[in-house]
Amino acid sequence: MARIDLIDVVKQFKGETVIPKLNLTIREGSFTVLVGPSGCGKTTTLRMIAGLERQTSGDILIDGACVNDVEPGKRDVAMVFQNYALYPNMTVRENIEFGLKNRGVPRRERERLVRDICEIVDLTPYLDKKPQSLSGGQRQRVALARAMVKHPKVFILDEPLSNLDAKLRVHMRTELIELHRRLGATFVYVTHDQTEAMSMGDRIVVMHRGEIMQAAAPMELYDDPDNLFTARFIGTPPMNVLPMNLLPNLGTEGEGRAEYVGFRPEHARLLPGSADPPSDGLAIAGSIITRESLGAEHVYQLRTTAGTCFVKQFLRPYAGGDFATAVVPHDRLYFFDGEGRRLRNLRAASRPEPAAAGVR
Amino acid sequence: MPMVPKRLKPYAMIAPALAVFSLFYLYPIGYMIHLSFHEWNFISPEKTYVGLGNYREMLTDDVFLQVLRNSALYTVMTVLLATGTALPLALWLNRKSGFHAFVQGAIFSPHIISLVSVSLLWSWLMDPEYGLLNGLLHWFGIGPLKWLNDPGTALLSLVIVAVWKNLGYNTIVFIAGLQSIPPELLEAAALDRSKPWTTFRRIILPMLSPTLFFLVIINLIGSFQVFETIAIMTQGGPVHSTNTLVYYIYEYGFRYFKIGHASAAGVILLVIVGTLTLGYFRLLSRRVHYYG
Ligand SMILES: Nc1ncnc2c1ncn2[C@@H]1O[C@H](COP(=O)(O)OP(=O)(O)O)[C@@H](O)[C@H]1O
Ligand SMILES: [Mg+2]
Repeated sequence: MARIDLIDVVKQFKGETVIPKLNLTIREGSFTVLVGPSGCGKTTTLRMIAGLERQTSGDILIDGACVNDVEPGKRDVAMVFQNYALYPNMTVRENIEFGLKNRGVPRRERERLVRDICEIVDLTPYLDKKPQSLSGGQRQRVALARAMVKHPKVFILDEPLSNLDAKLRVHMRTELIELHRRLGATFVYVTHDQTEAMSMGDRIVVMHRGEIMQAAAPMELYDDPDNLFTARFIGTPPMNVLPMNLLPNLGTEGEGRAEYVGFRPEHARLLPGSADPPSDGLAIAGSIITRESLGAEHVYQLRTTAGTCFVKQFLRPYAGGDFATAVVPHDRLYFFDGEGRRLRNLRAASRPEPAAAGVR
Repeated sequence: MPMVPKRLKPYAMIAPALAVFSLFYLYPIGYMIHLSFHEWNFISPEKTYVGLGNYREMLTDDVFLQVLRNSALYTVMTVLLATGTALPLALWLNRKSGFHAFVQGAIFSPHIISLVSVSLLWSWLMDPEYGLLNGLLHWFGIGPLKWLNDPGTALLSLVIVAVWKNLGYNTIVFIAGLQSIPPELLEAAALDRSKPWTTFRRIILPMLSPTLFFLVIINLIGSFQVFETIAIMTQGGPVHSTNTLVYYIYEYGFRYFKIGHASAAGVILLVIVGTLTLGYFRLLSRRVHYYG
């Protein structure tokens, strides 16, 4: 178990700044997920923690000790690579044992450790096989076993599930969560898939262009995003965001000037035709362009004068015609300024009817 | 080919290539084997059948046995030195800098010089009286060596030339092999606390095994067929100390006009090179590690 601190970490590649200034604390024993679009610097951040890449400036602390000058092998960090990086000429056993041998663990002890780990990840029948003859899922397990057998303080996993097929991926998710609970070590997990992040992490760090957009628990991130980027990155379908100037009957009271308003698809309700807008909600009329049914939930795409938005209904599908009104309660609206920052001190207020007369 | 039956189509397609291959490879090989059972002087219309006579004559000839020994010694030394020095050189040169790129280019340049020029250049360098090498050795107080003129050092001198010529090529191929090793394997090793020597022995060397096998076999076959340097620098001398298989064949064929004898030696060379190549493919399929 260990806590990791990144303090004012900057990373440049040949003068090109990839990470401008990163401050992040990864709590001990947490399952922290770094999530963000491809190229946002997740792998680079991981590699700096592991010591495979040196930061241009700033400090990295593991358990309060500065590890800037500590080589990778001495940081007590184990890494699972995206493509597993198993040693192809070694058997499964040799792959797992390699790190132990280099640490001078005696043979008896090694055999016991390898046996124990292989029981956990179900590899016992494959101990004498080469990685080449294993399936993707099995290779994944070998990579995990190789990391686990060293009993590291920190586990670093770089998109470990991205090479598996969809079904196995979902299965391995639960296994990894289980593993984390069992080992109690700090997990730092990278993915570009927000569903994976939401379902696995107890703390999620949303990154964009080398900067942290928000770091919070999954539901906090979902319910209370700090900015437009996080709001739109988390959730499927993403949060609907409409410009305020196209919604003349929506007013605000409080500090700040909102440029954008957002709402989650599942917080809107679809009403047929141009139903009377309730006084405590935002009503947007439009026509339905797609209807997608996933059994328990139904997703509609609504084209309105303010832009296209998604509406999600649960259990009972919307039965009305193509002309519909989406109604969102005022307390479910999120406001953002021109820079995409969340304006938490704004509340929605309906404008008097005349202003809306021209719309529709 | 509209009327060719489907079953024969593949054969029809490879027929042109097969014809060329037969004409320039299979026919000469067959003819050589045929000639090795005869006595012939290249000119007379008569070929006398002598059975295994040429082989018997050759295998009881002390010179031929020495030729085999020379060929083997030359080959082993050249292969060991040319691949053995290329590997550390490649490990050192495998990084991105102007200096390393320059050294790579410099040691590769002998590869593109014709062997005739190389031979003339080294004949001059190794000249016992006026050569640059003896001049250099003199500086270090090492007495003049006779290089190509001494039966004790002549073969080794030719090995030096061959190593100098092949080193650059071997190094470049090794560097290509090193660069094809996925970097995350080495990173995984670093996280596993592998020491440099362990990483080399347990990861780099196995990953390099296809490259190593390739170079060893290419160098082996090339060395067994050495001819130009010997023809130009020593003519097999002094006292047969640098006489090797191909030069021996050349002498019997085109100096003594004993075509049958030369052909028999050619068959022996074919068997040796063929065995090496076969062994190479057998090993390749068993011992080599691919990443994936
Ligand atoms: N070794 C490198 N040299 C130059 N640029 C690099 C290197 N590694 C990563 N980058 C750049 O840094 C950025 C972040 O990369 P990375 O951390 O791999 O992103 P992610 O893992 O989030 O997809 C990318 O723009 C990438 O091109
Ligand atoms: Mg990445």
